[in-house]
Amino acid sequence: MRILVCVKRVPAPGARIVLTEDSLGIDTRNLGFTTSPHEECAVEAAIQLVEEHGGDVTVLTLGGTDADEQLRYAISVGAHKAVLITNDDLAAGRDADAVATAKALSAAIRDLESADGIFDLLLFGNESADSGGFQVGIRVARALDRPIVNGIKGIEIADGNATARRECNDGYEVYQLAMPAVLGVKEGINLPRYATLPGRLRSKKAEVTHLDSATESGRVTTTSLATPLEQTVNTVMLGEGAGAAAAVVDMLVEMGLA
Amino acid sequence: MSDQPTTAKVVVIGAGIVGNSVVGHLAELGWRNIVQIDKGPLPNPGGSTGHASNFIFPVDHNKEMCLLTADSQRQYIEMGVNTTCGGIEVARKPERLEEFRRRMTSSTSWGIDSRLLTPEEVKEMVPFINDEVILGGFYTPSVSCVDSLRAGTIFRERAMALDALTVVPNVEVEAVETEQGKVVAVVTDQGRIDCEYVVIACGVWSPRIAAMAGATIPLTPAVHQMIDVGPIAELEATGNEIGFPIVRDMDTFCYERQSGGSMEVGSYAHRPIFMKADEIPSIKASRLSPTELPFTAEDFDQQLEEALELMPSILETAEMKYAINGLLSLTPDGFPLLGETVEVKNLWSAAAVWIKEGPGAGRMIAEWMTHGAPEIDPHQSDIARFYKYARNDHHVRERCAEHFNKTYGIVHPREQWESERNIRTAPYHARTEALGAVYFQAGGWERPHWYESNAHLVEHYGVEAREHEWDARWWSPIQNAEHLAMREHVGMIDLAPFVVFDITGPGAFDYLQYLTVNSVNVAVGRSVYTPLLDVNGGFRSDLTIMRLGEQEFRVVTGAFDGPRDAFWFRKHLPTDGSVVFTDKTSAFCTIGVWGPKARALVETLTNDDVSHEGLPYGSTKEVLFDSIDVRLFRISYVGELGFEIYVPMEHAQAVWDKIYSAGQAFNIVPVGAGVYGTTGRIEKGYRLMGAELEGEYSPVEAGLARPKVKAADFIGKEAYLKAREAGPAAVLCTLTVEDNVSPRDGIKRYMTGSEPILTLEGQRIVDNRGRSSYVTTAGAGPSVGKYLLMAYLPIEIAIVGTELRVMYMNELYPVKVAVAGSTPLFDPADERMKV
Repeated sequence: MRILVCVKRVPAPGARIVLTEDSLGIDTRNLGFTTSPHEECAVEAAIQLVEEHGGDVTVLTLGGTDADEQLRYAISVGAHKAVLITNDDLAAGRDADAVATAKALSAAIRDLESADGIFDLLLFGNESADSGGFQVGIRVARALDRPIVNGIKGIEIADGNATARRECNDGYEVYQLAMPAVLGVKEGINLPRYATLPGRLRSKKAEVTHLDSATESGRVTTTSLATPLEQTVNTVMLGEGAGAAAAVVDMLVEMGLA
Repeated sequence: MSDQPTTAKVVVIGAGIVGNSVVGHLAELGWRNIVQIDKGPLPNPGGSTGHASNFIFPVDHNKEMCLLTADSQRQYIEMGVNTTCGGIEVARKPERLEEFRRRMTSSTSWGIDSRLLTPEEVKEMVPFINDEVILGGFYTPSVSCVDSLRAGTIFRERAMALDALTVVPNVEVEAVETEQGKVVAVVTDQGRIDCEYVVIACGVWSPRIAAMAGATIPLTPAVHQMIDVGPIAELEATGNEIGFPIVRDMDTFCYERQSGGSMEVGSYAHRPIFMKADEIPSIKASRLSPTELPFTAEDFDQQLEEALELMPSILETAEMKYAINGLLSLTPDGFPLLGETVEVKNLWSAAAVWIKEGPGAGRMIAEWMTHGAPEIDPHQSDIARFYKYARNDHHVRERCAEHFNKTYGIVHPREQWESERNIRTAPYHARTEALGAVYFQAGGWERPHWYESNAHLVEHYGVEAREHEWDARWWSPIQNAEHLAMREHVGMIDLAPFVVFDITGPGAFDYLQYLTVNSVNVAVGRSVYTPLLDVNGGFRSDLTIMRLGEQEFRVVTGAFDGPRDAFWFRKHLPTDGSVVFTDKTSAFCTIGVWGPKARALVETLTNDDVSHEGLPYGSTKEVLFDSIDVRLFRISYVGELGFEIYVPMEHAQAVWDKIYSAGQAFNIVPVGAGVYGTTGRIEKGYRLMGAELEGEYSPVEAGLARPKVKAADFIGKEAYLKAREAGPAAVLCTLTVEDNVSPRDGIKRYMTGSEPILTLEGQRIVDNRGRSSYVTTAGAGPSVGKYLLMAYLPIEIAIVGTELRVMYMNELYPVKVAVAGSTPLFDPADERMKV
């Protein structure tokens, strides 16, 4: 089977997110970048599926050339092909909104499919770690006229259908989708593997296909970012050694746990 | 953990291994009211200690670092946080095998058990190593891993048990206040702490904190990349944190260290990546910790390939679970930064210290603050060692960029820096350059080491070349030829790097008497050579003082110790203004003229009386060279008749030209520092600060004790008197190498210094104070026809004619004691220079 996973390069911040002086972005001078956690899980899910059913995994992203790093990371853990949609605006760091992103991804997927055939599954993260729009997967599914379910924490493939599970209050909802289909995957579906040394070295030599795109930024613009007030955590020492036992019991009672 | 106090005797900033060790040792030495602060939480506040690999390889070519490491390991063992696992350095290149033989020599000097391994023997100890890519190993059984965080906690707990310490975590330092050049308070985001002393032990942040007080701590935060790879079944099967020896893959500058079920791979091979202390992210803004920065994978790819090549069977399938660009501290010369800062009184630096030196450095600082001097001689780690030009970011970065990739490199003991050159040059630099000078750097000065223009003298004097590339590196046979030409005719030597202090005022005499061992109560126009001691009676310095007037003295000291000496003199100045200290180094240039024809030459340059009667040995006076006032000082470090000529900087080129031009009639040769610092000196048995003269030995043992002790009190007098009474346990000797031919490859070899002196059976020689005998200086003696070594020997074998062995590159060579004590081997009666 053929699976495509859409990923996004996002900063990997600490507890406090430092903004740039103009409050329009995140100060990334001392930050590394990563793939959004939901998408890391989507990549892992895709790899596990092709390990079981055969096939290949393509990762696709939209961004500047530095997003190569996230595509190669996906290859280092087992993805087979990588595609980057980029242009000068994106390379200069300009963000595309959900509409523009979905438009570019849909166009790219159509191109890739017309060349090599339909992807049985398109996997997205449930939402990105930075902008959290919850839209791109749905917009792409709509554009390509394919079924989509979000918040997925389990995928099984059988008889040309994908069975997807997601958590609800009292258990699971189970969906069956005729492939080709689109799924929005949620963190917790699996524990993503790390790269091996040979994997990392292989990824360095892998070819990343660049698609030039005349993507517009879209109509949503960022006017300002603000850091929420920090929550201060007050730690209370309940005591040391055996002497703390009574206080711990009181606390558990107070919390309704005993 | 408590509220921040408002007063303290001493505030220690930093709760990494160094700060913790400092508070532990201060408390043990009787200090109370110690306040330790850190911006992070305990026990891991987020500095370099928290992510350190925590292993200790005890062998180093450098004595001071070996002693600090040995002391630290002893302390870790005593605290029960040391796990001995052994360590193997592996070679991939043939030149590394020679380096291993050199390491065997150093481990013998410093008394550490090590041995060489074949690739098969390495594989027996580390079964997962690919023995096809290695040529051999250097194994040290005592290599260990330590728990530096636990050690820190123990240090703090010990201090708290003595009721000596209050620890305040999670506070940010906002200011370090001074009054009249002395530290008086630390201000944090929780208020002000009035205090008498401050110790900066905050690693990569140290320069930032020091700057708050107007002081400099010249280090740069630098990235050291590290990954953790696992799980690995072979390692998990050991059931231990560490069950296999640590492997250092020396030629790829990497190490592989087991950490439970995974392997840590660290590297010093990537490009130098530096930060500024001010740019390090805060704890909250960091994903892991401020000193665990995002991993830049592309810098590590080469190392991944090499690690895979070395340990393919276990690294093939393991996953990279953790990877960081860890921050650590680098200094311009690779040594720690310990001691009182030169800018601010009572503000101490305990920085640029790695895990392997942490507890030792803490003890050193605590002893130094308590007694005025530590047990281990700190001269290489002393933060006062830098000239001003070496204290800024530019210099630090240039030098660190140069030496970072030499962390596991093979560094020749005479190796010269490539960066930061031509920043101090003599006024006649163009002249020496035209003469083909090959420059070595001395205190930042470009100082000719030999002159290619003298190449023709090599054949004339029949000087042998050196066959072995290592021995010939940073050396030329021209040096020996210049030596012989100087002894036959006359040589001129560029001594621009001399450090010159003028000490004047009504209190100058008493002030100097208090610093010097030998009396400065000499007539105007005379001089005194004297050691300066620390309170322990060990050497602090040795230098020459000219008395220029009743209340006017000129101190001359060497380029390498100039900044430490300047600090020492300034530190002891009386506060009443009765003594004025002026550093005249940049005002005067010095040219040495020595050799049998030196006086005849100088007589053609001046009408003043420079005869033996007009200017006796040890005396000084101003004379005119045509229209230029110069000061002649009749003294010699090379054992020849002649003068140091002190010239105002602006006249130096003119005077150089006059001497050179008049000298042609006397067959003058320009002579480099190879003669001045080594061959001329060693033939005369003259001692050098930092080599023969160091804190571990007294003037009695160095053969510099005079028959009587002056009545005036001076620093170290009590210890000195005791040393005289006790007599020497060892005596500084000059030895001759009786046969230079290597038993292994049949070519002549030449020691470079630090090699062990051994018994005929090859056993280490240790005196009754536990000090081993090793080569303090090695060099040719062209006029005595022997290769010479200086070494302290226990008194019972410090007898002329005693036959011993010296180890060089793990081979033994026969040596014989030629002189016991300070009598020169060449011209023992000093007839040549005192005529």
